[in-house]
Amino acid sequence: MATHAQAASHDAHDHKPHGWRRWVFSTNHKDIGTMYLVFSCVMFFVGGTMALIIRAELFQPGLQFVDPQFFNSMTAMHALVMIFGAIMPGWVGLANWLIPMQIGAPDMALPRLNNLSFWILPFAFVLLLGTLFVPGGAPAGGWTMYPPLALQAGDSFPMMIFAIHLMGISSILGAINVVVTVMNMRAPGMNLLKMPLFVWTWLITAYLLVAVMPVLAGAVTMLLTDHFFGTSFFTASGGGDPVMYQHIFWFFGHPEVYIMILPAFGVVSEIIPTFSRKPLFGYESMVYATAAIGFLSFIVWAHHMFTVGMPLAGQLFFMLATMLISVPTGVKIFNWCATMTRGSLSFEPPMLFALAFLFLFTIGGFSGLMLAIVPADFQYQDSYFVVAHFHYVLVPGSLFAIMGAVYYWLPKWVGHMYDMKLAKLHFWLSAIFVNVLFFPQHFLGLAGMPRRIPDYATQFADWNMVSSIGAFGFGFSQLLLPYIIIKCVKAGAKAADRPWDGAHGLEWELPSPAPFHSWEVPPSAAVIARGAEH
Amino acid sequence: MIRTMKKTGTAFAASVLALLAAPAHADSGWSLLNMPVGVTELSKKIYGLHMMIFWWCVAIGIFVFGWMIWAIVSFRKSKGAVANTAMVHSTKAEIIWTLIPVAILVAMSVPSARVLIDIEDARNTELTVRVTAYQWKWQYQYLGTDVSYFSTLARESNTARQLQSGIDPTSVPNYLLDVDQPLVVPAGVKVRLLITAQDVIHAWWVPDFGMKKDAIPGFVNEMWFKVDADKTGRYRGQCAELCGRDHGFMPIVVDVMSKDDFAAWLAAREAAVKQAAAAATATTRTIS
Repeated sequence: MATHAQAASHDAHDHKPHGWRRWVFSTNHKDIGTMYLVFSCVMFFVGGTMALIIRAELFQPGLQFVDPQFFNSMTAMHALVMIFGAIMPGWVGLANWLIPMQIGAPDMALPRLNNLSFWILPFAFVLLLGTLFVPGGAPAGGWTMYPPLALQAGDSFPMMIFAIHLMGISSILGAINVVVTVMNMRAPGMNLLKMPLFVWTWLITAYLLVAVMPVLAGAVTMLLTDHFFGTSFFTASGGGDPVMYQHIFWFFGHPEVYIMILPAFGVVSEIIPTFSRKPLFGYESMVYATAAIGFLSFIVWAHHMFTVGMPLAGQLFFMLATMLISVPTGVKIFNWCATMTRGSLSFEPPMLFALAFLFLFTIGGFSGLMLAIVPADFQYQDSYFVVAHFHYVLVPGSLFAIMGAVYYWLPKWVGHMYDMKLAKLHFWLSAIFVNVLFFPQHFLGLAGMPRRIPDYATQFADWNMVSSIGAFGFGFSQLLLPYIIIKCVKAGAKAADRPWDGAHGLEWELPSPAPFHSWEVPPSAAVIARGAEH
Repeated sequence: MIRTMKKTGTAFAASVLALLAAPAHADSGWSLLNMPVGVTELSKKIYGLHMMIFWWCVAIGIFVFGWMIWAIVSFRKSKGAVANTAMVHSTKAEIIWTLIPVAILVAMSVPSARVLIDIEDARNTELTVRVTAYQWKWQYQYLGTDVSYFSTLARESNTARQLQSGIDPTSVPNYLLDVDQPLVVPAGVKVRLLITAQDVIHAWWVPDFGMKKDAIPGFVNEMWFKVDADKTGRYRGQCAELCGRDHGFMPIVVDVMSKDDFAAWLAAREAAVKQAAAAATATTRTIS
């Protein structure tokens, strides 16, 4: 993974230790990035197993396998594990690996903080997953933890809250590191509007994280004091307001959605130009569109809760603000289409994932637009239509982008090419099954099936069965991913420094595999100019 | 890649056709594809909005997916396409594809706002029912009368839904969508529901009425519906907000009667309440 000669040429703390010390004490952005990505992958399978338990129970009407309480735990835990354990650490891992290489820096600006922000996570997840084994079972009030229901939890309650605090601290530290790195560690000549879009989208994501993770921490702390210390922030009988929790939660929750998708926009903005052999169309408008989405994400939160009973003016405002998000998002889609137009396209695995992102994220965008329409939302809210919507933006959206990114940069990371045929098989199985899994959920929701129910009326049986078949197909197809990666790490054809002929950016100017410290000497102006042809 | 396009295209076309062909509310599974038109003034307006937005999305989808597919088919390296690396920016194009979506949004938002204003107009209701949600049942109280009762999952469904009950759900009529005592309302009358909850948050949802509203402890939410005079019958729905272990097992059933039938039903219920009260008083007297 790294050349020892270069590591050894540095002073003591830069020397790469061997064995477990290399990982536990690591201050190296690549090793920490690897740990984040491995952690993300493990959590992806943990959360995926929970999803399969859900889909197994929903395969047929009637309760066959699990108690409704355990079912509710599965829906809540699946969401928490996937959001905080799989998607977010996946993005932080990619940020660690790529940002220093892409901006011409030797490492992240705050390496010890980097170590800390990763090593908090395993403890957070031991706490969270540990709730499965305590009296009363794991949290079963949904990942949104709405009171008063969340307050009915047993011993899992404080464990979940502290796990969320830890995840929040980890995310905030990671985000601070990204901001400081991007602001201070850019090579001379790498000005902001020369940065690759992955760095741009991550910079904006990092600001969102710093802004909203403390809000979540505040919300769950109030839950904690309501439960243990007799406060009544959200308890109506004590003069509190259960709806206030939802406002606070979604003030975090909506930017959180963009935290998971903005880096995906960045990745797709890197992959599509590479395999179109053409610079990204409308680079600056992409940056501005990302910033606009980041801003709008703070003023649309109440669209998650139209049914709580809001004043007409409030409903109209949140409807219009939400609809407005489709404008910058549309700009992005059009720019990607324009990038492909008159290009020279080839379809390696990263491009396949990026194109699936383009198609399927757009479908998620359409259902998002429909959900913004308040009167129609009174029907859609809390139905499977919503489940279909957010899985379309999160699975073929964020997740496909992460997998596309791994297939794109893996040769740079390990210095080997991976098995293209297997990766293409992985893509096709994923792309087909993800639609079998989630498309029928639109029908179920429109026909009136509420979300988060362990059993359903018999008229919903047919599409649920299709959806479950898709889920198992999708789940088992994902086993190919670690297999392909492990195979690639162990052996494979030597990767060229620029394994994709259309790739631009400073990371491709480094040797493959990338040296332990990326840019010990800042890249020259000529190298930056060559790299900045985005 | 052509396969993706074909697949996406086919799936898209199939779903569009399916939506077109779908009857308002069929009973069997495969044909359940779209929102029910419903039986109330508002549900029809909401359905109309839903279909309007859907067709906008189809139109935009034809354009966007068409563009993607055209680019993927026409500019393949394997077919000798050479990239035009000078094509990186066009202010004109970017202004156009910002302004046109804004115009479409305006076209969508005006009718949406109109329907929303209608929904919020809860004046001139003729009957008010107070709906209180509990874990896991509904209570209906007819304001201005002594009629008040609970509505819980029907016994047959409740037996069949136990873990590994061995009972085939398809053998149970209206499995999970049946209650012991339904809410009864008159057709052709603007009915107001005052919705609240005693323990945790629930949501009252009958898809055929077009609306759902959260039942929140400490809050009283208002919602109204007016079932078409000729649409008497039985309508079913479920709690829509996660409310704990038996969230999936607190259905809502509404019996919509003609005005006269409803008046007779309400009078009978009131008489029964009075009788019970009298009997209770008598018993108390006898005991004392």
